[in-house]
Order: sequence, then structure tokens, then C-alpha cells
Amino acid sequence: MKDGTDPFEDTLRRLREAFHSGCTRPAAFRAEQLQALGRFLQENKQLLHDALAQDLHKSAFDSDISELIICQNEINLALKNLQAWMKDTPASTNLFTKLDSAFVRKEPFGLVLIIAPWNYPINLTLVPLVGALAAGNCVVLKPSEISQGTEKILAEVLPRYLDQSCFAVVLGGPEETGQLLKHKFDYIFFTGSPRVGKIVMTAAAKHLTPVTLELGGKNPCYVDDNCDPQIVANRVAWFRYFNAGQTCVAPDYLLCSPEMQERLLPALQSAITRFYGDDPQSSPNLGRIINQKQFQRLRALLGCGRVAIGGQSDECDRYIAPTVLVDVQEMEPVMQEEIFGPILPIMNVQGMDEAIEFINRREKPLALYAFSNSSQVVNQMLERTSSGSFGGNDGFIYMTLPSLPLGGVGHSGTGRYHGKFTFDTFSHHRACLLCPAGLEELNNIRYPPYSHSMQELVRWALGSHSCTLL
Amino acid sequence: MEHEVQRVRQAFLSGRSRPLRFRLQQLEALRRMVQEREKDILAAIGSDLCKSEFNAYSQEVIAVLGEIDFMLENLPEWITAKPVKKNLLTMLDEAYLQPQPLGVVLIIGAWNYPFVLTIQPLIGAIAAGNAVIIKPSELSENTATILAKLLPQYLDQDLYIVINGGVEETTELLKQRFDHILYTGNTTVGKIVMEAAAKHLTPVTLELGGKSPCYIDKDCDLDIVCRRITWGKYMNCGQTCIAPDYILCEASLQNQIVQKIKETVKEFYGENVKESPDYERIINHRHFKRILSLLEGQKIAFGGETDEATRYIAPTVLTDVDPKTKVMQEEIFGPVLPIVPVKNVDEAINFINEREKPLALYVFSHNHKLIKRMIDETSSGGVTGNDVIMHFMLNSFPFGGVGSSGMGAYHGKHTFDTFSHQRPCLLKSLKREGANKLRYPPNSQSKVYWGKFFLLKRFNKEKLGLLLLTFLGIVAAVLVKKYQAVLRRKALLIFLIVHRLRWSSKQR
Repeated sequence: MKDGTDPFEDTLRRLREAFHSGCTRPAAFRAEQLQALGRFLQENKQLLHDALAQDLHKSAFDSDISELIICQNEINLALKNLQAWMKDTPASTNLFTKLDSAFVRKEPFGLVLIIAPWNYPINLTLVPLVGALAAGNCVVLKPSEISQGTEKILAEVLPRYLDQSCFAVVLGGPEETGQLLKHKFDYIFFTGSPRVGKIVMTAAAKHLTPVTLELGGKNPCYVDDNCDPQIVANRVAWFRYFNAGQTCVAPDYLLCSPEMQERLLPALQSAITRFYGDDPQSSPNLGRIINQKQFQRLRALLGCGRVAIGGQSDECDRYIAPTVLVDVQEMEPVMQEEIFGPILPIMNVQGMDEAIEFINRREKPLALYAFSNSSQVVNQMLERTSSGSFGGNDGFIYMTLPSLPLGGVGHSGTGRYHGKFTFDTFSHHRACLLCPAGLEELNNIRYPPYSHSMQELVRWALGSHSCTLL
Repeated sequence: MEHEVQRVRQAFLSGRSRPLRFRLQQLEALRRMVQEREKDILAAIGSDLCKSEFNAYSQEVIAVLGEIDFMLENLPEWITAKPVKKNLLTMLDEAYLQPQPLGVVLIIGAWNYPFVLTIQPLIGAIAAGNAVIIKPSELSENTATILAKLLPQYLDQDLYIVINGGVEETTELLKQRFDHILYTGNTTVGKIVMEAAAKHLTPVTLELGGKSPCYIDKDCDLDIVCRRITWGKYMNCGQTCIAPDYILCEASLQNQIVQKIKETVKEFYGENVKESPDYERIINHRHFKRILSLLEGQKIAFGGETDEATRYIAPTVLTDVDPKTKVMQEEIFGPVLPIVPVKNVDEAINFINEREKPLALYVFSHNHKLIKRMIDETSSGGVTGNDVIMHFMLNSFPFGGVGSSGMGAYHGKHTFDTFSHQRPCLLKSLKREGANKLRYPPNSQSKVYWGKFFLLKRFNKEKLGLLLLTFLGIVAAVLVKKYQAVLRRKALLIFLIVHRLRWSSKQR
């Protein structure tokens, strides 16, 4: 870069040429790539476990259920359904096009860029990749430089499995990514913060590149008075402290009445002790903060409100104890930014209406949770708010269902993916109408000159309710 | 400006645009507006583009009425939650996609079909439960004025407003925050819109343009082909985003094509095209001059007459056009049809692929394989084979571009989907906490196996039924074995009771 040459130019040109050659289009090629991806996961399981342990102190179990199994599931789904997904979708015709063949063709966009984050570095890199490959694109992958262990494997091992004329991994930090974004891509898939999301979309606008932005926000978790505090505490605690809270869809803060708070606190303590033991720092099931910068940021948040549970931290270990904060004010930092750590503030509200009002005053979150024995309460929360996704009486277990897409709305993102939705995201849906070459008499009605009687006929035929024929 | 947008947002937050009944009412009111004020609307379009009433009706009003009716018929179904497939882990839960409105959407209309290109998106936005700000193109002044006058008379005045103005006002408007922006226009402004949207992370649908190629194969009926192309090209004086922009064909076909188009033009518009009521004019002087400049240095096979006072440009065909000349560098958007000779279909495909992806692609041939090849080896927003424009007419089709011709799509349900957030919902109960033990730490290897089982297997009702039956069978067998003695006694008791009842009934 010092001599002014662009480090990405050659790679991108090579991939573009490969795409134009058409080699990624046949189903057989795509299936081969997906199978190879599957082999990458199976043959390097230990390597991946070690890397995730190194980056995030993830246990093998957590790595399996939140990363490797999910990816394998997506690969299997794509392989099983590839032919069906690739097929042209017939479109219903109207009176004027009855004799035509009408279908929607799913086409790859071309050269796509996937920018992945560090918190689930395998999952959030490979799941979009599965869809991009299945859709027939050439892919440039930019894994996060922050999760260094997994970045190394993705850069050095993964390319050996895929066709390197159609796939490349590029590395670098914010500066390199900025330079990468100056280039033209046919689609950009970004997972990360809203702040960087704006930068990505602005760069994409210069080339009119469509984007999917999987961002974040503060995911509210409303706990109604009518519920079993222990069950709620179990579920909330598990989803909050999984991966040391570094999950975009984790419950970010709790909304409940002061009475409920009194019942929840001991229940949360009980859940934390049950999951992580009396000394959570020695539990193999609790993750660590990804790096010093994030650690310092989170440690500063511990000063907000009052620590009711946890609050301990260890800088050398980048360890923060599963923490619950109470007496938090809305303007404090812990309620102004996405926490992304094992800290759960509780805000008091007097009932569901106040909770809804609180939530709707803020940016639309990526996820929203409501706990109540009353299905009416849960449904009200659903109807009167907006968020990427919604979980009633549980956390983000919906992530295991590929039939439900993951995506944000407003500041939490645009677009969605998982399962077939990823394939559709990375495809251009091209409307194709094949008309008969003959039968020209039928077309005469549309040609000028339009005599008065012809006009009357057309008006009559297409007037009022018969417009549905169109 | 900010005040206006705030007012609309407050109206949305009141929640009244959400109930189905309200949306249907507004759509019905819109329908009434179009029917009751048809004359005013047609007159406005007519004066903007010198368009006959009939053309304005058949090109714009009909599509709007059709879209409203389609929406009215289908909205009750579209608005409902759609259940999705579940896995074993979630089989007892409710899982569905719930469509919800986005909020305040901005629709920036275009001037070439000023009514339909503003109202068709509006219909979908209303149907999806949003509040809408409409910014009609200032170039089609009369339509912009009539929309500002009529819409408040029929629709909710706080939820749906019209803001008129030029570049300055639009720039100011784009600084505000919206929940979706749908823009129809050109590539340059498309980039400006997306950049402004990026500041607020606002999703966009951009209906742009490009040079839509039209390949004519040797193996076709040139009479029919040329009629269809003439119709699509010179409609609205060439000012159609999906008009066939230029022709690619073998050199030997050029003369015939020119001749047949010439004949068709005469058939459609008469000897003196200028006097035909069915032939429109260029929107303004700037575009008139722009299109004129494209003719410089070109071989005009026929046409080429112009009249600046009335902004008239005759239907024109250019032959042996050099791809490097100006007319092949920008979207023509006028009644000028260049023919670029190519050796064969391979060259045509390469020619198309060397350029930006167009909004539409046309191919004429009797050879179905060739058409298929054209589609397979190129990319474009949409395709019509053996005709032009027609793929726009099917509202079951998504209508939109790709690459520099646009992103996103709309028409029919696709408009509803564009302006909705399809929210994934999973509703569980607070019972059956035992089942969750599987996921809670501390963890063990056996939990991994079970985790894989529940996550990887799909929930298939038939398979589950069989599984359940087998399970019940096993349970039954176990129970029977365990409680043999008890069951025998109970069976005997039941037999005696039944016997007694039958005996006593016989007695009566």
C-alpha cells in the first residue's frame, strides 16, 4: 500500500473474470463447494474448537451448538434443497398473458462481499457464505481481525477446500476494509455495529450496490408480574450470559416492576450459580471478553446504577462476572449503548403500557422478548412494538429454526437471512415473460390509432372490477 | 420540511394506519378519487406529456385501478401471520412471520408516467399500514399540482401528504429520516438518494434505468417483431424506462427492419406523425436538446424531424451505429432507435455483458434455445421474449432492476412486502422447563448428541405421528405387562357389568 498499489485489485479482477466465465452457475459446482465446506467443518473440528476457545474462551459444547452445528445444518439444508431453490418460480398470468410462459429466474449477483464480525466468528461468516455459494456467486470473505484465532483458520485452511478462482479471503483492519469498500461489488453482506453499517452503506451507494446489514441495538426484555420468576430467570440468564453476553440478539436489559425485580434477583442469582458454580471465573462454560478494548468499555459500565449480582472483573483474564445492575437511570451509559457483555441492567416500569412506551421511544432493536403466563400480554407486546424478531417466553432459541429469518429493522438492520432466505438474499429475482412469436391479431387492440369505438371497447373491457384481470 | 415529516410521524405513531379496516377504507377512497376525478387527472397528464386522454387512461389510470382492486382483494390474506416449519425443539411452540408496517415511507415519483409511478407505490405503502410522504416529480408540473390538490381531499390528511418542489426541496427532504425510500428515476440521483438514506440506515428501493437492449435473431417474423418494437419504443415518445433502447442484429437485417418500422410508424401514427393524437412530446426543452445532440454524426435511416417549439421529435431510426458514439453512451429516453450491427448472438451477448446491467432485456426469435441462451448468459432487471414491455404488466412479477438499473422490486404483493417488516416470532410457554435442562450448563458430551438430534432433525408431522404411535405401543405393552393382574380383574369387572346390563335390559 505504501507504493500506492491496490492490494485487492488483482484478486477482485480474477474473481470477476471467473464469474463471467460462468463456472459458478451449474448446480453441480455449487453443490461441490458446499460439500467441501462441510468437509472443512468436519476435518478441522479440533482446530476450530481450539480457535474459538482461544478467541472467546468458548467451551466445546458452546462452540458446537452456537457455531459448528448451525453451520452444518445450513450446509445440509442447502445441499438438500439446492435444486428446488434454483428452479424458476412460475408466476401466475393474467388474461393478457395467459398464452405466455411467465417465471422468475433466480440469478447470482456476481461478486459478493461478506464482512463478518468476531462474536460468532464461524457462524456469522459461514452461514452467509453457504447462501452466497448456493446462489452461484463468487465470494470475497473479510473475517474479523479481532477474533485472531478463527481469522487465521479462515484465511489459511478454508481456501484449501474451496475453488480459489471463485473464492478469496482478504484480511485487514478498518483501514484495509475501507479500501476494500471503494471497489465495486454486486452485493455486500455486513454484520456488525450500526455505526460501521452506515459507513458500509455509504460506500455501497457510490456503486449502487445492494446491501444486507445485520446490525444491533439494545434488545429489551419485558418480564410481566404474572410469571414464574425462576423459570424466567433461567431463560434470561442463559441467553444473556452465553458467550459472555457478546451476542447481537441477547436480551440487553430487563423491564419489570419493582415487585418483580425483588423476586427475580434471587432467582437470577440461583440460575447463575447453577450454571456457572460459586466461582464463575473457574467455570468452563463461561466465555471471556474478546479483547482489552471491549473489556475496558464493559468494566466502565459496571459503575452504572448499583451492582446487585456479580460485578467482579479480572483484567488479565478479560473476565467479567455475570452481573445484574439495578437502580439504573435511562441516561446512564449502560442504557445508551448496546452492552454486548455479561451485564444485565434492570429498569423498573409500572406495567406493560409503560414498558411499551419505553421501548417505542428508542431505536428499533434486533430482538425483543416478553415473558408472561398471559398470552394476551405477550401478544400485546408483539403488536404494539417493532423489532427485528420477537421471542415470547424465551430467548433467541428461534435462531435454531432456519424457517425463521434473522434480520433487523430500522437501526438494527436491513435485509435478512438463514436457510432459503440467504439464497434469496444473494439472488437477483429476474422476471421473465416469454410471449408467443405469432398470434399478432391479439395484439392489435394495443396499437394506435385508437378509433373511438376501439377506445370504448378497451375502457369497457378493462373498466371497474375487471381491472383485476390485469 | 422537518415539521411536516414530524407531523406525519406523529400520525403514524397514533396507530390509526394499522387496522385492516382503515387501510381498506383509504384504498377505496383512493379508488373513488381516480374514478370521480378521472377527467382532471387525464387532463393533467395530458398537458405534461401532450398525451391523449385515451393514452393517459390506458397507460396509467388502468394500472392504478387494477392495482387498487388487487390490493383490496388480497390484503386481508396478506396481513395475517404466516406459520413456518418447525423443528423438534420448537414443535410445541408457535412460530410465524408477522407482517408489520415500517413507519413513514417516502415515495419520490418520476415524470414520464407521473401518475402511475407515484400512485402505484403509494397503494402498496398504504396497504402495508404505513404513513406516506409523496414527492412527485417537478418536471411533470401539472400532475404534481393535481396530486397535491386531490389526495388530501380523499385520503387521511395527516398520514398521507404531498410535498412538491425542485432539487432544493428534495435535498432538504432527503435529510429527514424515513423508514423506507422508494425512488424512481435515474442512476445519478439514485446514488444521491442511497447516500442520504445511508445516514439514517434507511432501506431503499431504487427503480432506475439503463440501456435496454433488444436482440433480433435472423429466425423470426420481422413483420411482427417490428410492429411490437415500434409500439414499445415510440410509446410516450420513447420516454419509458423499459423501452427497447437499441437494437442488436446481423447487418443483413438492418434494411428490412428499417423498412418495416417505417411502415408500422405510418400505420400507427399516419402520414404526418406530428398530427397524430396518439404521439406524445418530449417533457421539456432540456431533454429535447439532449436527445437532439444524440443524433449528431449519425446515419438517420428515417425520421429525424424535429420542432423545438412543440418539443416534437419524429420517430427515428439510426443504422450502423458505432458503439462508441454518444447515443450509445447514455439511456436515450426518446424516440430514437439505434441499430448496432453484430455478427451473431455470441457477439450480441458479449456486447450486452460488457455494459451495465439493464432494466429490461428483449430477444426476438423463433428459436427457443436461443432465447433461453440469451436469458442464461446475461443479466437484467427483467426479460420479455418475443415482445417488449409486457413483463411490466403482470403484477405477480417483481418489477425492479439489478446493478446500476436498480435494487429492490415492487408491483402487487411485492409492494406490500417492500413496505413491510416480516417479523419472525417464536412464542413458547413458561411450562415444560424440564426440556430446557438440555441446554443449561454445566454441559456434558451426551448433551451434545441430544443437541444435534433436536437441532438437526426437521419436524415432520407424519414421521412424528409414527414415532408417537410406536412409543405409545411400547408404553402400552410395558403397562399391560406390569399391571396384568390388575387389568385382568378390571376386565372381569367390566364384563360382569355389561353382562348384567344386557340381562336387565332383556328383562324389560
